[in-house]
Formats: sequence, structure tokens, C-alpha cells
Amino acid sequence: MLKINKAKWAELFAALSAQGTLYLPAEVDGKVDFTVWQDGTEVNLQATQTAKSIKNVFFPQIENLLDFKTDGLKLSVEQRMLPEEDTIAFGVRGCDVCSFEVLDKVFLKEPVDAFYKARREHCTIVSLACSAPDETCFCDTFAIDATNPGGDVTTWLVGDDLFWQANTDKGKELTEKIQALLAEGDEAGVNAQQKATKEIMAKLPLADFKIDPKIPAEQEKVFNSAIWKQLSDSCLSCCACTYVCPTCHCYDVRDFEIDNKVERFRCWDSCMCKDFTKMAAVNPRVSRLERFRQRYMHKLVYFPENNEGTFACVGCGRCLQKCPVSLNIVKVAKALGVAKDV
Amino acid sequence: MCNCGSKDVLTPQIGVVTEIRTETSDVKTFRIEKPEGGKVFDFMPGQCAMLSAPGMGEAIFSITSSPTTKDYMEFSIKRCGEITEYLHAIEVGQQIAIRGPYGKSFPVTTEALKHKDLIFIAGGIGLAPLHSVIDYMLANRDDYGSIDVVYGARSKEDFVDYKELSEVWPKEKNTKVHLTIDKAQEGWTGNVGFVPQFLKDLKFTPDKTVLLCGPPIMIKLCLAALIEMGFAKTQVYTTLEFRMKCGVGKCGRCNVGNKYVCKDGPVFRCDEIDELPDEY
Ligand SMILES: Cc1cc2nc3c(=O)[nH]c(=O)nc-3n(C[C@H](O)[C@H](O)[C@H](O)COP(=O)(O)OP(=O)(O)OC[C@H]3O[C@@H](n4cnc5c(N)ncnc54)[C@H](O)[C@@H]3O)c2cc1C
Ligand code: SF4
Ligand code: SF4
Ligand code: FES
Repeated sequence: MLKINKAKWAELFAALSAQGTLYLPAEVDGKVDFTVWQDGTEVNLQATQTAKSIKNVFFPQIENLLDFKTDGLKLSVEQRMLPEEDTIAFGVRGCDVCSFEVLDKVFLKEPVDAFYKARREHCTIVSLACSAPDETCFCDTFAIDATNPGGDVTTWLVGDDLFWQANTDKGKELTEKIQALLAEGDEAGVNAQQKATKEIMAKLPLADFKIDPKIPAEQEKVFNSAIWKQLSDSCLSCCACTYVCPTCHCYDVRDFEIDNKVERFRCWDSCMCKDFTKMAAVNPRVSRLERFRQRYMHKLVYFPENNEGTFACVGCGRCLQKCPVSLNIVKVAKALGVAKDV
Repeated sequence: MCNCGSKDVLTPQIGVVTEIRTETSDVKTFRIEKPEGGKVFDFMPGQCAMLSAPGMGEAIFSITSSPTTKDYMEFSIKRCGEITEYLHAIEVGQQIAIRGPYGKSFPVTTEALKHKDLIFIAGGIGLAPLHSVIDYMLANRDDYGSIDVVYGARSKEDFVDYKELSEVWPKEKNTKVHLTIDKAQEGWTGNVGFVPQFLKDLKFTPDKTVLLCGPPIMIKLCLAALIEMGFAKTQVYTTLEFRMKCGVGKCGRCNVGNKYVCKDGPVFRCDEIDELPDEY
């Protein structure tokens, strides 16, 4: 195992950023969020959870797809260049690393989303193991190991040392580029931290929260449950939960007219939003209840049905922290009675 | 220019409108070909395509012509909003952006429909997807049994493809067309009344297979009438309509339960719809 002392992190970030645009958790407007590293960025590797997930590196909030040009009766379509920028996503926690696998099941499934694929291929993921999980964390519910989070490179922050282990060819390539900064390290510290973290995790409030893998089979019962009304009554349809969630991926496609041409762009959308399914005469999900139910049915029932049992949640806890009226997936699962052992 | 030859799923191709026919006061049929001639892409009956109105966005439409037509595709489009308004305003020669084909087709190549006696039931613009199936079957006439087309519209002027309905199809082998309008009008000698009642009056025997398309309320009432007549839901195919953006099962907009109407539909057998949550 390799390591790098805090004294050399500034050099590390500069060296990494020479290899590609470097996203890492830092203080931004009084909160910790992923941002592009520059000289002077206040990097924060202590905070367990960033406010938003890092899904925007692969699935930007707004992204231009193509341009239309008209000339009389003639029309031309020019697809935008697929992104070729190399990126490094640094300090990604285990839950967010796993969220990329959930998104892959959407965007990389045939027919492949070329923009997502290009961004994904140009990114090297450097994960960061957790040592101080939040009270809202429940990644273990989905068998995610926060102490060994994977990605192309795994790092562990132990004391003032960042331990570094390359996992993939991409990770090894990146490691070679910054080899001069890394020293040999002893695994003992990492092993001790992993053990201690697992002990903390076993005592977290949601440690015993498990979702019954059989719920997709009980679709009808779950769909017709009385809890949807009770819970959705207080939902504000603010959509915050879908924006902060690493696995939410609904999008809209829109056109924008600018100087003689039309840009077509894709942007994040939310199934919690009122007009999401509105059609000429009808709206199949006209009530808040139906939209609220859709979000959780998708995560807990429909997505696993279509993806060999994988839930569209990684237990990051962001919806537990961010919903203004304290609604979240744990509350829903418990109310549905699909949570086991709680 | 697009790099590395990698075309994204949402990137359309260019077609050109080579013919426009006014069908009714609010429906026009558009013929689309590649600028150099020929079909923009191959498809099967019941599949759809996304048409663009640059500046306004895209909407999905059933391809109404038959796949057996080599040179072009046709779309019958009802004017009812921004994008359809744009399409109704364009002229012959206009180039247009199109992508597809999307969704599952009617199972015309399988035993589900082959050699079966068939009833097509359409209301209003709902003829669009069925038209493609009917023309496909007429082009392969010996593969299918009897064909009955039951089509309802508000008035005589609201039938799409009236010439074909009244002059072409009835002359085909073992093919009948039954038209009905909502209210009596001068010069109309055919049936007057709504489609569900008309079905009962026509006394179809429940050994036939049904393809049913139209507004949601008509689909519901026709299905109820068919069941009363002894048909099983496994004998009835229909289409669902949802708001769509991507057309490829990714944007999250058109699902009923775990099925995406854009990719797993729009064609469903009625018993399959029963298994989905009641949200359509
Ligand atoms: C599988 C499938 C096949 C189809 N096949 C055909 C076909 O063959 N022929 C055909 O004519 N149509 C077809 N449609 C319908 C078509 O896709 C369009 O939805 C329809 O034509 C309306 O298009 P528009 O964009 O012009 O209307 P819109 O501009 O979307 O407006 C229609 C009406 O809905 C309201 N509305 C819609 N969206 C919004 C929104 N987001 N916010 C506020 N108000 C809104 C508007 O107020 C307006 O009154 C099909 C649809 C599906 C799903
Ligand atoms: S549903 Fe909530 S806990 Fe699950 S991944 Fe999304 S934001 Fe995180
Ligand atoms: S964050 Fe809470 S209030 Fe806002 S849409 Fe989500 S569940 Fe509703
Ligand atoms: S239209 Fe996007 S999922 Fe069906």
C-alpha cells in the first residue's frame, strides 16, 4: 500500500489536476460539496457526506446535445462533440461509487447514452473510505462496504496520512503519474480503521434497517397501501430529494432559441414535479400522492424488477438530511412494512 | 461535427416532407423520406417515431404507413398543441428531424395474429397505428384471416383516410369496413352511434382477435363491450399513450409500473395491462 502525508496534499491535488479536471469535496458557500479544484480550494476530506451527490460529473444538470440550423426549407442537425475531457472524481464515498453502477444500468443499457458513456470513460474515480459515518447513513442495507469503497483507486484517511491503493488499470495509470509523491505505507493503520468504523456502523441508528428483497413481488399490495396518502400529504413537491439523490436520473429534453439557431439541451427533471407526466387531455399522475408513490415505487419495486434485484437507493442518507418535512426512503419503507428487523 | 462517429440516442436524422394531405379540419397526413430518397429507417406496424419542431421540442407519433412501402413513411397528425401546430404549418419540401423507430410493434409476424380472423377498432386519430397494420396485412393477405375494420368519428368529415376506407379496403379479399359517426348528418347513410354499441350491433363472434386504438375512454368502453360479447382480454391488443421525452426508456417519464410505454409498449395485450398498477 502507498501513502501520502498531509504536508504533500497540495502537491498531490496539483499533480492530479494536471491529469484531468479534478472534482473533490470542499467548502463551498458554507457547505461541503464537490467542486473543481483550483489553487486555494478549501478541500474537506473529513465531512462524510457532501450536500449533493457527484452524479453531475457524468450526468450534468444541464447539457447541450445538439444544434439545429434552418435555412429556408433546409434543416441541419449537428450533434455536440462528445465530451473528451479527462476528469478525476476524488474523495467519493462508497455509497456514491455504487450509485454510478445504478446510473450505468440506465444510461449504458442499449441504446447507450453516448454523452454519459463518454464522460464515464474519461473519468477516474478515487474513492475515500468512511471513518465517521453520519447518523443518517445506511449503505450497509445495500451491502455497500464504506470501509472499502472501490472505484479505480481507494484511499483511506488515517491520521495525517492518506493511504492509496490502485484497483484498476485506470487507477494504476493515474498512480504511475503521481508515483513520485507517494511513499510506501503500512496497512496496519488502515486495517485498524476499518475495524473501528465497522464497530461504529453497527451502532448507527439505521444499522438494523434492511429492505425485504421480496417487495418487488408484492407490487400490488405495496402500490395500494394506505401509507401513500398519509405520507404524501405533507410533501411540498419541492423536488429537493430528487436533486440531491445520487441515483435519481429523470430528465427533460428542451429547445432554446439563440441567434438564428436552436440548441437542444437535456436537464435534470423530477418525477415529483406536477407537470412531469402532463399530456394534452390527461395526466396519469395528477396528484401529489401518485407522484410521491412513483418515486418510491421506482426505487423499491420497479427498478429492482428490471435490474436483477438492485434497489435504486445506495443509503447515502441525503434525502433524510435535506427534505424540509422529514420525508425519506427509510420512513417510507418502514411505513410500508417492507423494512425488516426494525 | 460529431466526433468518433458516435451518434447519441437522442440525435435525430434529417428527412424531407414530400407530400401533405389534409384529412379533416384538424388532421393532416405527412409523407417523409430521406433527402436523397427512400425510407429514413425500417420499422414494424405499431412502432413510433419522434418528430422535432426545432425551438419547441419533440413529440412521438405512430407511423401510419405500412413497412412494406419501400420509399417513405407517413404520419397522420392531429393539431392540438405547439408541436402539432408547427407541423400543420409546414410545406412540402420542408426538411424535418426524425428519430426512431421506438416501441414494440403489433405481433404481426407471430402466431398471435397470423391466420387469425381480425377486428380492427379505431376512434379518431387512433386509426393511425392500425392503418399501418391493415396495409401490412393487405400486402401479405394470405397470411391472415378475415379483416373487419370498425371505425368511429365525430362526423363524416372527421374520418382520416376516408377515400381508402370507402373505396380501397372494402374491395380487398375478405375485408369489410364498418363506419359510424356520433350524430346523424345529411347525406350519411351509414351507422350512427358510438363504437361500443356498434360493436354489439355488428354481432361479432368472440373467436376473433381484436386490435383496438383510440382515446382512453373509448378503449375502456369498447373493452367492456367486447368482454360482454364473450371476448377474453388475451384476444385484445391495444396501445397506451403517455407523455414521452426520450423514447428509449431512460428519461423516466412514461412508465406504468416497471414497464416503459416508449420501449415496452405502446402495444400491449389487454391482460398484460391488467397486471400493471392502475395508473394509465
Ligand atoms: C405512443 C404514442 C403515439 C402517438 N401517435 C400519435 C399519432 O399518430 N398522431 C397524433 O396526432 N398524435 C399522436 N400522439 C400524441 C402526440 O405525441 C402528442 O402528444 C400530441 O400530438 C400533442 O402534441 P403537441 O406537442 O402539439 O401538444 P402540446 O403542445 O404538448 O399541447 C397539447 C395540450 O396539452 C397541454 N400540455 C401538454 N404538455 C404540457 C405541459 N408540459 N405543460 C402545460 N401544458 C401542457 C397544452 O396545454 C395543450 O393544450 C401519440 C402519442 C403517443 C404517446
Ligand atoms: S433515496 Fe435518499 S438515501 Fe437513497 S440514494 Fe437517494 S438520497 Fe440517498
Ligand atoms: S424533499 Fe421532501 S417535500 Fe420535497 S419533494 Fe422530496 S419528499 Fe416532498
Ligand atoms: S419516454 Fe423517456 S422513459 Fe419513455
